[in-house]
Amino acid sequence: MVFFFQNLVNALQWGSFYALIALGYSMVYGILMLFNFAHGDIFMVGAYIGFGVATGLVALASMGALALPTWLILVLTIIITMFLTSLVGMMVERVAYRPLREAPRASAAITGLMVGIILETGNLALLGARRVRFPTLIESTTYDIGGVFVTNKKIMIVVVSLLLMLALDQFVRRTKWGMAMRAMAFDYAIVPLMGVPINTIAALTFAVGSGLAAAAGILFGVAYPVLDPYMGIVFGWKAFVAAILGGRGSILGATLAGFLLGFIEIFVAMIFPSTLRDLIAYSIILLILTFRPHGFFGEPYSARLRL
Amino acid sequence: MALLRVEKMGHDFGGLRAVNNYNLEVESTQVRGLIGPNGAGKTTVFDLISGIYSPTEGSIVLDGKSIVGLQPHQIAAMGLGRTFQNLRLWRHMTVLEHVKMARYSKISYGLIGAFFGTPRRKREEEEIEEKARGLLDLMGIGRFADQVVVNLPYGAQRRVELARALATEPKILFLDEPTAGMNPEELVQMMEIIRLIHKELGLSIFLIEHRMKMVMELCEIVQALVFGEVIAEGTPEEIQNDSKVIDAYLGREAVH
Repeated sequence: MVFFFQNLVNALQWGSFYALIALGYSMVYGILMLFNFAHGDIFMVGAYIGFGVATGLVALASMGALALPTWLILVLTIIITMFLTSLVGMMVERVAYRPLREAPRASAAITGLMVGIILETGNLALLGARRVRFPTLIESTTYDIGGVFVTNKKIMIVVVSLLLMLALDQFVRRTKWGMAMRAMAFDYAIVPLMGVPINTIAALTFAVGSGLAAAAGILFGVAYPVLDPYMGIVFGWKAFVAAILGGRGSILGATLAGFLLGFIEIFVAMIFPSTLRDLIAYSIILLILTFRPHGFFGEPYSARLRL
Repeated sequence: MALLRVEKMGHDFGGLRAVNNYNLEVESTQVRGLIGPNGAGKTTVFDLISGIYSPTEGSIVLDGKSIVGLQPHQIAAMGLGRTFQNLRLWRHMTVLEHVKMARYSKISYGLIGAFFGTPRRKREEEEIEEKARGLLDLMGIGRFADQVVVNLPYGAQRRVELARALATEPKILFLDEPTAGMNPEELVQMMEIIRLIHKELGLSIFLIEHRMKMVMELCEIVQALVFGEVIAEGTPEEIQNDSKVIDAYLGREAVH
């Protein structure tokens, strides 16, 4: 039983990463009918920007220019990095996707793959092949709760993730931009006729998704401080799976599916040899999708209405 | 001065001439009709004026300002509202949300307002909701306000679309076959509603219609469009008796 809860804690942490990234995938897919295959690499970019911001703030603090406690550095890093990565996401939308808005979806998907490669290799060109180390912002403390070991980092990661998901939910429900996003997910083409600038909403969708991916990048850096330019690929694919599993454009779906993915992976590894983890885990997902091809909360649809 | 003036508008889809030398003048508070057989280019005319497509040539002036090349949301904000031939609603949003969406450009509270419920948000939301409910009552669908649109009967869904278009506070309203797919009872109700909004709100209305009865009863001036060109323009009686229109659209057997 202790063993189960230990894995549950780990699964929650992994699920947080997947869910945060999946949300961006799902939103872009739901609202713009577009698979942003560069999204995993946005997660990577976020981790690196977070690395840069955190390193800079730590340096400033150690020089005595800013007297900041480390927790405040972490908060600032998250806020600044989310903002900067949002700008990257908006740039990707503007440069790579907007010109292809009316193009066949396959073209846009290929563009996404190319943007991903550009971000990876651009990072290589900029920082070289060496891995970088995310600065330590939280001193690890381990709590023993009835035999289950929980670190303060894990708690922080799960709590921050849940707060961000809650914020996203409120954003989509309460703001006019969120309302426009929901409308666009149902029928995209008529939204501008209500006086809504859809380019702004499209850019904002990318900004929000990229910001969440950036948060995942920082949280990942806090837990696993070694970053490399290709770290986004596998995460991107798995988050993509979670987005599909959750159902098109469903925030709740992407969140639950992200956590489910984390659970399945961790618990498969608990029972089977860890080399078989992904093989078995993704066979299970495949099986679920066979019975629910539209995901948990997606509804069957044929073609989307366009004018 | 005409509220909407379109001159020598033309549009090509690839090599196909969809609309040719199209001219239109709509005075304020006038009700105008556009008829024509299927594929004549009626909806294309709507799409061109409302900015979905940009015309290949010609000028469009709305309320004294040229709107050629503007984005649809800009044209909408300048006072052009429209509905669609096939229902275009956001399936799982409520009726109230549809109307609210049309007030998008008038919502000024931002993130902080939305998350923390500032007095400004409260004030704006109350104002929007009051106006929205007023419109829904005018359309006779006030009781559906908080329901998701997919659950509404067809006639009510069409009225939601109309309420949404009206909520953008248009000076001119484009209605693309407002009675498409309606049964006779719904048809009569829709005609009454169009008359009502014309009277109550003093709007100009430009409508595409298939049913001659609608056109005859509602419109002051009617254009007949065939293969992208206006072949006749005049009062409903004139159009009904125009030999070219009869040939192209009504069919000879219709003259009795």
